[in-house]
Amino acid sequence: MAGLGGGPAAFGRCTHAVVRALPESLCRQALRRAAGPEVDYARAEREHQLYVGVLRGKLGLQVLELPADESLPDCAFVEDMAVVCEETALLTRPGAPSRRKEVEAMKRVLESLNLNIVEMVDENATLDGGDVLFTGREFFVGLSRRTNQRGAEILADTFKDYAVSTVPVHDSLHLKSFCSMAGPNLIAIGSSEAAQKALKTMQQMSDHRYDKLTVPDDAAANCIYLNIPSKGHVLLHRAPEEYPESAKVFEKLKDHMLIPIANTELEKVDGSLTCCSVLINKTAVL
Amino acid sequence: MTTEAGSETEVKKGSEQLGPDKGKDKPEEESETPENQKSREASSEEAQDSSSAPAPTSQSSPSSQKKEKVSPESKGISRFLPPWLKKQKSYTLAEPKDETKKRTTEEEQVVEESERQTPEGVAQPKKSLEEAGAENQRNAKADDKEKHSVPSPETQPAKEDGKEMEVEKVATGKEETQEEKEKRETKEVQTAEIKTEIIPQKSPKKIKTVQCKVMLLDGTEYTCDLEKRAKGQVLFDKVCEHLNLLEKDYFGLLFYENSEQKNWLDSSKEIKRQIRSLPWIFTFNVKFYPPDPSQLTEDITRYFLCLQLRQDIASGRLPCSFVTHALLGSYTLQAELGDHDPEEHRSDYISEFQFAPNQTQEMEEKVAELHKTHRGLTPAQADSQFLENAKRLSMYGVDLHHAKDSEGVDIMLGVCANGLLIYKDRLRINRFAWPKILKISYKRSNFYIKVRPAELEQFESTIGFKLPNHRAAKRLWKVCVEHHTFFRLVSPEQPPKAKFLTLGSKFRYSGRTQAQTRQASNLIDRPAPYFERTSSKRVSRSLDGAPMGISDQGLLRDFPATGGQTAGDKIIDIEAAGQAKLKEGGREDDGSPVKTPQLELTQDGKTNSLRVDGENIYVRHSNLMLEDLDKTQDDLLKHQASISELKRNFMESTPEPRPNEWEKRRITPLSLQTQGKKGDHIFQVKTLPGKEKQWTTMPWIAGAKPEETNKSSHETLNIVEEKKQAEVEIEDTLVVDETNKGKMQVATDAGETCKVEHLSKKDSSSLPSDSSSSSSSSESEDEEVGEYQPHHRAIEEVIREEQEEEDDMKRKEHEEKTQRVEAIPEGSKLKVPVEHTQVTAENLVQENAVTIATEEKNLSEEIKQDLGEEKEEEQLKLNGDVSHVDIDVAPQIICCSEPPVVKTEMVTISDATQRTEISTKEVPIVQTETKTITYESPQFDGSAGGNAGVLLSAQTITSESISTTTTTHITKMVKGGVSETRIEKRIVITGDADIDHDEALAQAIKEAKEQHPDMSVTRVVVHKETELAEEDEK
Repeated sequence: MAGLGGGPAAFGRCTHAVVRALPESLCRQALRRAAGPEVDYARAEREHQLYVGVLRGKLGLQVLELPADESLPDCAFVEDMAVVCEETALLTRPGAPSRRKEVEAMKRVLESLNLNIVEMVDENATLDGGDVLFTGREFFVGLSRRTNQRGAEILADTFKDYAVSTVPVHDSLHLKSFCSMAGPNLIAIGSSEAAQKALKTMQQMSDHRYDKLTVPDDAAANCIYLNIPSKGHVLLHRAPEEYPESAKVFEKLKDHMLIPIANTELEKVDGSLTCCSVLINKTAVL
Repeated sequence: MTTEAGSETEVKKGSEQLGPDKGKDKPEEESETPENQKSREASSEEAQDSSSAPAPTSQSSPSSQKKEKVSPESKGISRFLPPWLKKQKSYTLAEPKDETKKRTTEEEQVVEESERQTPEGVAQPKKSLEEAGAENQRNAKADDKEKHSVPSPETQPAKEDGKEMEVEKVATGKEETQEEKEKRETKEVQTAEIKTEIIPQKSPKKIKTVQCKVMLLDGTEYTCDLEKRAKGQVLFDKVCEHLNLLEKDYFGLLFYENSEQKNWLDSSKEIKRQIRSLPWIFTFNVKFYPPDPSQLTEDITRYFLCLQLRQDIASGRLPCSFVTHALLGSYTLQAELGDHDPEEHRSDYISEFQFAPNQTQEMEEKVAELHKTHRGLTPAQADSQFLENAKRLSMYGVDLHHAKDSEGVDIMLGVCANGLLIYKDRLRINRFAWPKILKISYKRSNFYIKVRPAELEQFESTIGFKLPNHRAAKRLWKVCVEHHTFFRLVSPEQPPKAKFLTLGSKFRYSGRTQAQTRQASNLIDRPAPYFERTSSKRVSRSLDGAPMGISDQGLLRDFPATGGQTAGDKIIDIEAAGQAKLKEGGREDDGSPVKTPQLELTQDGKTNSLRVDGENIYVRHSNLMLEDLDKTQDDLLKHQASISELKRNFMESTPEPRPNEWEKRRITPLSLQTQGKKGDHIFQVKTLPGKEKQWTTMPWIAGAKPEETNKSSHETLNIVEEKKQAEVEIEDTLVVDETNKGKMQVATDAGETCKVEHLSKKDSSSLPSDSSSSSSSSESEDEEVGEYQPHHRAIEEVIREEQEEEDDMKRKEHEEKTQRVEAIPEGSKLKVPVEHTQVTAENLVQENAVTIATEEKNLSEEIKQDLGEEKEEEQLKLNGDVSHVDIDVAPQIICCSEPPVVKTEMVTISDATQRTEISTKEVPIVQTETKTITYESPQFDGSAGGNAGVLLSAQTITSESISTTTTTHITKMVKGGVSETRIEKRIVITGDADIDHDEALAQAIKEAKEQHPDMSVTRVVVHKETELAEEDEK
């Protein structure tokens, strides 16, 4: 087995993905930072199915799809419920009280995968998975309205091998609302002032030097990087129809297998690409 | 210079003997030796009538000072006594405690021995004097240092401990003990004095051996007998030899003050001084965790690293996840037991090992499971795998220290190869990479880092942290200096750099850098040594028994949950401060060449002077604090503190990338001086040695002043001075009276210039009294403050990752510096070749008054005396020579000449009346806020009277900071057509036990030098009033 996740070289390895179907209540009841056009459920579902289809069909992941729960309008955004790193999964305590029950289903599915489960029981702690950026070398935790210091501490306790640095997040929902990993050592980052400021913070806090991929649109900076044995570097990014300028930037990544995915509807309720899945690398040996 | 110093020291010695109880046997011998030395020196030294003259003056002055001092109160006695005497006193004080109980008889014997030895020592110093070469001087300094140590013991006939203490002080100076502080003071007095002292007494003393116990990483114990005065290196080498370890630079010896406080044994200093009364029990540990263990040359080295890490992990000091615990444990088993054997390795075989702080059955099962998968791995391979995984742990190689941020929130400061990490409750809340850190310092229990301005910011910010106590702050500072030096400085090409990671006054890293040790490792040519891997079971045992690991376990966990984040106090430097910094840099640069030689000396001898210098160097806060005044003072201080400064300069200069470019870029002469000097210095250091030597011969002059009796001339400083002198013909006499911590406190407390004023008031009151007492020289006090400025250039070299950023930063810095330089015009850049620094420290309760008289005399001055203008030309020539070496020098000269010219006057200076030294120096007037006042300070009067010159002007400037009051007197005299400017600064530092007086003193001196780069420090008088008990506490 490889210790510490096999090192940076293994970053992006993934065997399983946990997703959850969209409840119809999403359209009207999902939390959203700003009022806007109503979500077109049908279109949202199509986009989501495409998303799941890519993970399952195109990338060959074992996709565990949880059923929707109409009482949990935000339940599709499973990322916020758990942080999985190697063999350990931290079940979060979401910052939004209305979402706390979403964790239960996630707990069940992760237990089925025989992961080491750590639950965040401290009532003073909140943590959304969307605020957790794992770079393969360390964690950055955005301190936002959804995530507090205590939550970050528990995450640090859970993943003791890694440095956990905190990054203030002010103008967006989550840390990963404007950034994500686009490669083993590559951070995709939005162009907004807040995004750039956060990036600087992360760069200062890190002993490593990350490459950065700056895209014009913050929302487009949220992408999904995967390292699939048969396909190499895979990047799921927002479609050119949505963010043409950002898509052009992604298209410069010659070593990546690029898969554009539209996310127009869920974006209306602050959903991003990474929000909709929890990626797990389950090594067979151990 | 040397002669002067020698004379001074002699005088002091004599006084010491007389004053205190000490020196019963010694006085006679000492008196003889010094005289001889003096005569020899005089003869040897050709051009310097001054040299001979200064000595007498110095002698007279000290005596007078002593007398004056004596009159005062009982406490005053210490004041009166010259630094040596004071030392003795301190010793005596300390001695009774330890010594009386222990070995009075032995001590006496030792003393006698030392006395016998003295003649030898004397001969050596003479030689050094004759040669006058920088190198020689260096050697001499080393000798002096040693000598110092010797004399002190003599003085302390009654008690061995006291004697030993003294010796230690001399050698190492300043480090940890309070006693050391006193010693430090003596060191500050510096080379000249040291020389004299040393001369008299060195001798092969009876070899007293002490049994040392060293806990090794495998849990075994190594025992050996050491000479009582052995330095740390001796023990460390023995241990490494015992371990058959060649790549030993990553390791070190620890001793524990208590379960929590571990201290690294400084290999360059005497063990006894460091551990004081602690038992001679040490722990062999990894000191610098190699970021990439695979680059270690030998398996045995990796093995010891593994043992260390196993301790770290089992103790919880190095946190890991469950999986990692299991994995690392499995490699441990593979390395120690070999392949898993189902028959031999039963279910419980694992439980004998300790893999984690909280080892569970589940974990052991996991370990066993993983162990089976490692079949076929050799022990060395298993170790390598272990290290490959362990090195990725985020806390690998991070040395944690408890602290509080500015808001009182508990945080942890982690020192590692890459920089300084700030943690709060296990979360990293900030990080300062070495390239980002401009200065590291500590004051009292405060630890400060000055950080480069961010991209869009104009000013550096200083961030302060509160450590549990002064010693903790010092420890942290030392660790930072060492780590920075070890990991960031390349210096295979620049040995001095590597050697001297100096901690302020006390501390310096004398080992090799990682780059150097790697180079050396490449030369290892021996078959892989056989070594037996002991079971980690032992490791667990050792953990139990040894104080080492367990104490640290709690660190991470201990993080308080309190909310405040790390953000330390940001102290925004005012523009003026920035300028000051620039100036400082320049000054330092100037000093650097000189300093380098001193550094070498210090390294060799580890003399008191080193301490002083180091302190000064590291203390740059003062500049920020004092602003204008600081500049001039800093300059002066630089001269005095030359050694430490030199060290710093080296450090700084080397680390900074593109020194040449910078220099070239420096368009403005001023800027050149400030910025370029560092780089230049580096170059100069290498090339100049010969010149330095010559110059050193020159230095003599300064001593002339009566007060200067204490003067110690720094050879290295001389070099710098030469350059400056060539540029400017002005002589500046600066008398700096500094109380402990004055500037330092300002920086730490207020963090801003404003602080200075507040602090000074208290001191001011004490100052006047001090001035009277100032005559008596007291050695530097405890080091309260330490500063360390990492060399960015070197850093860049080392770390390529950050080069880009650094480069940008540097560019910015240069720009900034240049700007600052321009702004600074005042900063007189003339450096006087001769620097005499005498520091006498009297330990009085809480009130410390330090009087530092600095006189800068240009080498050219002597020449100029006769020729006048021609002299200037000569100087230019000299400068030209220098310029060859340093590109910057020439421009600097020009620049310097311009600014200083404004206030320059030709005056003959007869310092202290007795000495007839004619020096023409242009006195750059300090730009600090000055109030014109009749000059009435006793010291000045005395000097003036001696000179019999015409008083042109007198100015008194007073600045106050929280803990420090700085009074600056600027006097211009015209003698025989030569103008002399004397600046006398009195700094009163008021502090409690927490204050490190040595540091404060060093800072004060440094600041003075920086403020008056052109000036030389002719005299430093330190009056210390401290309670011994307090010192001990320190």
